[in-house]
Amino acid sequence: MSEAHSRIAEIVKANPVVLFMKGTPLFPQCGFSSRAVAILDHLGVTYESVDVLQDMEIRQGIKEYSEWPTIPQLYVKGEFVGGSDIMMEMFEAGELQDVLAG
Amino acid sequence: MAMPAADIEALIRAALPDAEVEITDLAGDGDHYSARVVSEAFRGKSPVQRHKIVYQALGGRMGGELHALQLKTEVPN
Repeated sequence: MSEAHSRIAEIVKANPVVLFMKGTPLFPQCGFSSRAVAILDHLGVTYESVDVLQDMEIRQGIKEYSEWPTIPQLYVKGEFVGGSDIMMEMFEAGELQDVLAG
Repeated sequence: MAMPAADIEALIRAALPDAEVEITDLAGDGDHYSARVVSEAFRGKSPVQRHKIVYQALGGRMGGELHALQLKTEVPN
């Protein structure tokens, strides 16, 4: 496991809900990240966010870690849940609420 | 960096011949698209698996040459 991968593994293990995003929840730097934040905030979820723009190693590493090419990425209890489209799809179906509560 | 909608559609169809593909150029800049893809290949697959099938069809362009693709995947009724 590369250095970046072990750092990511530690982050998603230490925090039940983690959003890897561009920018911060207050100042998202991309429309997709902004949408992911809006969904989590709407649900009143407490989450840790990681600004990948501040960390090139994580920015590249997270794409390999999840085998997912884009950011944002949501992790719940260490498991990769999806990007903002999947978050929206699951939110609309009421499934995201279940994953976050489970 | 931009990519014509027709190229995106062709790549998806090449990987998923049965797919119904609808591409919308969201910003008119050839860089921000949404795609609705309907295919039997998605049946029984999780959302993450479905999106990965489409990303694979795009052969590594996603997140690079293709910056923004909002994706909606469905199985035929």
